[in-house]
This record gives sequence, structure tokens and C-alpha cells, in this order.
Amino acid sequence: MKIAITAGKGGTGKTTVATNLALALSKTRKVQLLDCDVEEPDSHIFLDLNLQSQEPVYLSRPKVDQEACDSCGICSEKCQFNAIAVVAEETMVYPELCHGCGLCTLVCPQDAITESSHKIGKIEWGNEDNIKFFQGELTVGDPIAPPIIEALKEKIDPSEISILDSPPGTACPAVETLQGADFALLVTEPTPFGLHDLEMAVEVSRKMGIPHGVVINRYGIGNTDIKGYCEENAIPLLMTIPDNREIAELYADGVPFVLKKPEWIDRFTALVEEISSLVQENK
Amino acid sequence: MNKQIKELIVISGKGGTGKTTLVSSLAALAEDFVLADCDVDAPDLHLILDPENYQSEPFYTQVAVKDEEKCSGCGQCLDHCRFGAIDKDYSIDPLACEGCGVCEFVCPEGAIRMEEEVSGHSYLSKTRYGSMAHAELGPGGEASGQLVTRVKENARDLSAEENKELILVDGSPGIGCPVIASLSNADLALIVTEPTQSGIHDLERIAGVAQHFGVRPLVCINKSDLSELNAEEIENFASRKGIQMVGRIPYDREIVEAMVNGKSIVEYTRGETVDAIKGVWEKVRANLWNVED
Repeated sequence: MKIAITAGKGGTGKTTVATNLALALSKTRKVQLLDCDVEEPDSHIFLDLNLQSQEPVYLSRPKVDQEACDSCGICSEKCQFNAIAVVAEETMVYPELCHGCGLCTLVCPQDAITESSHKIGKIEWGNEDNIKFFQGELTVGDPIAPPIIEALKEKIDPSEISILDSPPGTACPAVETLQGADFALLVTEPTPFGLHDLEMAVEVSRKMGIPHGVVINRYGIGNTDIKGYCEENAIPLLMTIPDNREIAELYADGVPFVLKKPEWIDRFTALVEEISSLVQENK
Repeated sequence: MNKQIKELIVISGKGGTGKTTLVSSLAALAEDFVLADCDVDAPDLHLILDPENYQSEPFYTQVAVKDEEKCSGCGQCLDHCRFGAIDKDYSIDPLACEGCGVCEFVCPEGAIRMEEEVSGHSYLSKTRYGSMAHAELGPGGEASGQLVTRVKENARDLSAEENKELILVDGSPGIGCPVIASLSNADLALIVTEPTQSGIHDLERIAGVAQHFGVRPLVCINKSDLSELNAEEIENFASRKGIQMVGRIPYDREIVEAMVNGKSIVEYTRGETVDAIKGVWEKVRANLWNVED
């Protein structure tokens, strides 16, 4: 079973839920945790383990042979991403816009465009007790995150449970993380921003046909009626985590709160059982 | 005579550190500016600024569509698609499709064509603080970077038409394409961080991105009293990297109360937090126009 932890809004507690959930489960079973927020991966801060292994992730990038190029401009006309253009008789590639689709190499009538691999980041992994942890990291200055998330997901062993910590937002990187998930656990906070972005995350989960449920974090701040929203829309509300200075301070220091508040181990274990039955119902 | 227009972008790397809260407060303090919300896949600034849209324009992206009758099942599309958007049965997954057009080009039967679909909207609006350019990407939408670029172009047009001296930009979390698109042509990046281990890790990366693209960063710490140790670690990092600190904003529950009431904290109340935000703005302003503190 693959559980993606997502939110829409940033900073609602995705990483808090993902790491505490993984640690709670690891008391009784094997669990895989994947940090798919490859732009800003933070889960490792909360885990005490060595990342022994790593692999680079590459993206193809066009290279123009200026001798062979006759500046016809077909590549530029066909590129959907404005990543290649003829400027003063020379064909220039704009790597920060290139998605590595390869169309320019296919359409060039002079066969003047080839591709080379460009490293855009890496994936790393390590084990500790029952946790197998994987994380991806996009290189600073490189724009395209989804291929790194894809490379991470290829490491999943489908026979064990996996928890995927998603990036914020509802665009390509979040969609790439959700793709193929059995359940989307949506972490929100009871504020107008939290609700607005939760609605977007719900819409994406529905569009992708992924069953979903809600965790309210910092329960007690604001006054936004997330419970009412969940009831009206028939979305199961699965957990509330109180607004609590101690939890916030533990987070600040990179300590998962289940280590200091062991009563939460059973709550997270029960949460996964509930998710598991919701996934079964859906099948 | 046209003034030289400055662009200030507020970013954070980590989500939820308080970018939008700060931008709405800066809007209450600054003068002679237009706003741009470049967080197109989770825009929240409108919840505080309550804009009245006077122009809405659809944002189109391409998506591959297949004519089943013409498909011979040769599999060329599957072999060439690099985004996993063609399934084993040669059906197209529109959510995975990036609209590049490779499948259309390689299909020997002419069974695939690219169609335009509306994947979001951009808006021009009036707010109580002045004009605003913003947008919303539909859930799961592609090309957030291109939509961000459009929002910035709209904001530049607005500022030129209205002869404003500043574009105040609310950025998105992360360090990827929408953030890089929003950094283009910016004069200054105000990074909002928080004194947590995650905040520090993410600050180091986003500061690297700003510097990589030649935009000078400034740093302010939000929720600064959550951990003195971490706040000091941030200040040490900034000093090592030669980045100017522009203030500490304490953790204040009134910030959420103000948000619930559709207001920035500067409009909502007075006190330590509001004074701290005013201090941040004074330092940012001095940096934008190179005036003495």
C-alpha cells in the first residue's frame, strides 16, 4: 500500500505526519518512507540514519551543432517550452526552460541537434531498524523536479507499505508523487489559507481517482470549520493534532514527537488501519 | 518621465513560513506599487486582499489527444514519450502529459494531435492597496512556470501604465520552475524563514538559488521566538554568506486572527509584531532604493 501525504498549502505538517507515521509503524513492521519533496527535502532531519547509497538523476538536454545548423528555426517553432530559439543566426538552448522531451532532435531537418545527459539531482537511501528511507534532491538552480520523484518511486518495494512525503502545491511535482498512490492523506490547518488549499488538493485527488482523508494539524488555531467542510463533502476526517507549543518546539529541533509522546504511536497505527480499510472499500 | 520600476520578490524555500502574511502586511505599508501573486498553484493572497477582478484571461496548455480509429497500435508513441503519459494499451494519461508534441510527431498514422486546453486563468484586479496581477492554475495543471511568467508580465504592464515604482511579488514555495520563473528580473529577494531545522535547511537552498540567478537575498525570521538557538544559527549562516538580516518577527496568534478576518496583521492590530514588520519594511525599502537607514 502506498500512502501519499499531501496538502496543497506548504508548512501544514506533511513532513511531521510522514515521519511520525513511519516511526510509529516501524515499531511493529517494516516501512518505506520516501521524501518526494525533492526541492526542499526535510524528512531526513527527523530520522537518525545514514544515507549509505546514492544514484545521480539525469535529464537529456539538446546540443546544437552550429556547423550543421542552417538556422531554419523549426526546432524553435515546435518547442512547446520556448527552450530553443534562433538568435542572430545561432540556435540557442535555454536549459532552465527545457523539459528534455527530445522533440527538437526529432524535428531538425539537418540532424544538427543531439542530446547529452545533464545531472539534475540525485536520490539517496539508507536503512535503520525497520525503516527504509529514500530521498531525492534537486540541484540548486535546476528547475525540473518530476524526473527525480519518478526515480525515487522506482525504488519502492510494493510488498511493503510505503509513505510518500509530497511537495506542496498541486502542480506537476505533487501530481507525480500522487500518481499510483492507493491513498492521499491530506494534511491541513484550520485557517482560511489551509482550507482554500485543501479544496485544491481534494480536487486533484478526485481527478486522479485516489481515495483520500484529512488530518487537521494545529487544531485549535484559527476558526475555520474544516470538520464541517469534510462532513459536507463526505471526506473522512482521520486525525486531529492539537496546536501545542511542545510539538512545535520538538519540530523546531528536528525531533519527531512520537519519540517524546509515545501515546501517539497507537494513534498513528490506528490511522493506518483505518486508511487500509478505506482502500479496501474502494477496491 | 517613467520611474525605474523595482521588483521585490518574497520567497521562502520551505512552505508555510509566512510569505503571504508578510506580503499582505508590506502591501499595507508600502506606497506606489502593484502586486503580483506568483504562487499560482496555491494562491492565497486574494483571501486577504479580496481583489475585484476586472480582467480574466484563460491560460492554455497543449495536451495529446488520440483518434482510436486511426491508431494501429505500433507503439511509437510509447517508445518516445519521456513523461510516462502513454500507457501500455497506448491510451494517453492527460495528467502525466506535458504537451510536448513528441507523440504527435512520431505517430505514423496521424492518430495523435495536440489540442489546447484551459489549464488555468490569469487575472487583473483592483484591491484596497492598488492593482494586482494573479492567476490560478487548475488542479494538476501543467506549466506553472509559464503562468508565473505571464503574471509577472501583467504586473510589469500594470506598473508601467500606472507609473508605479515597485512590483511586490508573492512567490511560491520550493526552488523549482515557478520559483525560478518568478526570480527572473527581480531586484531583490526577501526570504522569509522560521527558526526550525527544516527552515534552516531550506533557507540554505533557496538563498543558493537566488544567488545562482543573480538576485540579492535578504533574510527575515518569522515565528522568531520558537527557538533562540535556531534563530542564532540562521543569523550565523547569513553572516557567513554575507546576506543581510532584516529582522525578526515574533510568533503571534493574532496573525491567524487577522487572516480569519481577511486582514493583514498591520491593519488588524498594533504592538510588537506590527512594529517588527514595519522594521523589516524600512530595511527592505532602504535596500531597494539604496537609501540610508
